[in-house]
Amino acid sequence: MGELRAKWKVNVYAWLLLLPSLIFLLLFTFYPVWQTVILSFHQADLGSPEPFFNGIDNYKQMLEDDVFWKVLTNNLWFALGTVPTSVALALGMALFANKALRGKGFIRTAYFYPTVVPMIAVANIWLFIYTPEYGALSHVMDWFGKGDMNWLGDQSNVMWAMIFMVIWKEAGYFMIFYLAGLQNISQELYESAAMEGASAWTVFRRVTFPLLMPTTMFVSIIAFTNSFKLVDHLVIMTKGGPDNASNLLLYYIYETAFSFWDQGMASALTIVMVVLLLAVAAVQFFGLDKKIHYN
Amino acid sequence: MRTVVKSLFSVAMSLVLLTGCSSGTSTTGSSQPGQPAQPGTSETKPAGNTELSFFYPVAVGGPLTKIVDGMAEEFNKENPGITVKPVYTGSYQDTTTKIQAAVQGKTPPDVAVMLSTELHTMMDMNAILPLDEFIAKDGGNEYVKDFFPGFLANSQVDGKTYSIPFQRSTIVLYYNKAAFKEVGLDPEKPPTTWDEMAEYAAKLTKDGRWGIEIPSSGFTYWMYQALALQNGKNLMTEDGKKVFFDTPENVEALQYWVDLAKKHKAMPEGVIEWATVPSDFLEGKTAMMFHTTGNLTNVKNNAKFDFGVAFLPAKKNYGSPTGGGNFYMFKGTDEKKQEAAWKFIRFMTEPKRAAQWSIDTGYVATRKSAYEEEIMKQYVKDFPAAAVARDQLEYGHAEFSTHNNGKVTKALNDNLQAVLTGKADAAAALKKAQEEADKVLASFNK
Repeated sequence: MGELRAKWKVNVYAWLLLLPSLIFLLLFTFYPVWQTVILSFHQADLGSPEPFFNGIDNYKQMLEDDVFWKVLTNNLWFALGTVPTSVALALGMALFANKALRGKGFIRTAYFYPTVVPMIAVANIWLFIYTPEYGALSHVMDWFGKGDMNWLGDQSNVMWAMIFMVIWKEAGYFMIFYLAGLQNISQELYESAAMEGASAWTVFRRVTFPLLMPTTMFVSIIAFTNSFKLVDHLVIMTKGGPDNASNLLLYYIYETAFSFWDQGMASALTIVMVVLLLAVAAVQFFGLDKKIHYN
Repeated sequence: MRTVVKSLFSVAMSLVLLTGCSSGTSTTGSSQPGQPAQPGTSETKPAGNTELSFFYPVAVGGPLTKIVDGMAEEFNKENPGITVKPVYTGSYQDTTTKIQAAVQGKTPPDVAVMLSTELHTMMDMNAILPLDEFIAKDGGNEYVKDFFPGFLANSQVDGKTYSIPFQRSTIVLYYNKAAFKEVGLDPEKPPTTWDEMAEYAAKLTKDGRWGIEIPSSGFTYWMYQALALQNGKNLMTEDGKKVFFDTPENVEALQYWVDLAKKHKAMPEGVIEWATVPSDFLEGKTAMMFHTTGNLTNVKNNAKFDFGVAFLPAKKNYGSPTGGGNFYMFKGTDEKKQEAAWKFIRFMTEPKRAAQWSIDTGYVATRKSAYEEEIMKQYVKDFPAAAVARDQLEYGHAEFSTHNNGKVTKALNDNLQAVLTGKADAAAALKKAQEEADKVLASFNK
């Protein structure tokens, strides 16, 4: 009897400690998600004064929408372009910044500062870098005779321009994680490798990289979800244009919700995005987890 | 000791639970974007003071927030019982979004300036107040008739007035007189037809300078509307329920636009950024530009060369859409505030204030009597370019506005951009735009 009461006391205590976070989570995450799911099955746009249930019509319409498929493929290409590159670059930068004896602080600052600048400021700066004729990049391209390339106004260039800018912004952020990961690798391993006369590349391949796998997995997930979440630059630079060439899923959701006021469709699109990201996270956590060794 | 701490802690957490529950509903309710800083504070002020939240956008260059704040200050001084709090809300699109979000959250601003084209969308959302009652009580028909009819076109539906013109414009042709002289063109004779414009633009193009720039980001449809009007009729019906994109005249208009870049090589290819066109003109990177008259004062203050302003060249006739923002009032606001807001609107649209606003910005003064004011007469004498946009109003037409404006405009913009970047041809793209628009407008045509 006393045992049960003691257990209950401990449990209640635990629940009370969790309560503040639980309330926030329920109110600001689970409840809105639930409302969104419900709204995605309703017709709620400017033509319908009161939202009414319309089954899976929103989803059907979405699958027939050319723009939806365009933004989805754009986003996947965008992820493909930014994730491996920024992760690899971050790893490289971390290894370099870790080794450098002189100016270590300066190098780390130089690599990291893009992260602290807000995306809107970055977008405004790069908007002028990319301006044809008198933007900074155009001056450089002038030497190659291509000073008037329209980086943001041409469908074939705009994706590359965006990818490049986002890699520049994100790599520093991931570098921090790698630097932390590198600190955790015991010096003894490097010493014994040196004693055996292993080359730098072998050391990297056999010691550093496998031990950084947890960090790599973490950073990859962050990079992948960021490629879906980062749309601030689109608002400033291209508004998704030209003709949806740089449009991304989240920006399309924003347009649908706050420009077209089609809340039913926007909810359906949101659910698609959430499911997609959850699926990716699940694959990475459950699938790849097995391949990673933890000490 | 430990158990005392534990029990105190438990009590504290339970209190958090209680406060969490009670404030939970209000936190979700009040986390609306763009909400004015003082929704319910008028109750705590002395009984006489009415506070008005006033949302306004800035869409052209120049220190406009200072000017608007100044005008609000003046109003507050002249009307001791009313305090207007101007809130700068970004671009036209940002302002519309903030207003719509506030309306959805049941806390609309008391008065706001918004694109005149949002009329049908706002009516569909049942968000705006018809203004005829206020007009009847204070101002009457005389007041309304004093506004230029070109501007009232986007302000009235079925004979009822829903908004009052404030910062209105037409597109005009800015041209660099010095550049004209340089290539042997008469600086006092700007092009008046499409053929002339293409010819002059080709002549003016040289290394490091384009002959003409027509911006195609942001408000692509607006520039296109001008070309379409010069070749025929407007792109939509008055009631905003039908659109006409794929008529032969419109296809011809789009083809002309593309040819300026492709055939005549007088304009950059691809999408031209709205915001950089005026700076291009001021830097001499383009000899001519299509842009809003709202930029006139900005260009006047910053141009280091002699420049002129002219009607947009004609094909079958001159033509330009109007543009810009109107004053709106919203349903769901306090009656006393509505009275005060109406006073503010009348104040801001008084002839001498409309004249001053036009001089400070370059927007067209919205009322005929504003051009009879001394300051305006003097200004136009010293700077004849200021009258061009007003004179072009004779050929002015309503700006593109339909139900579900956002979606229809996007369909048009996307397809126009596809053609300008060379990824689609004019006829096919306009047909696609027509189909997409028809689909969106179907529910309003039942």
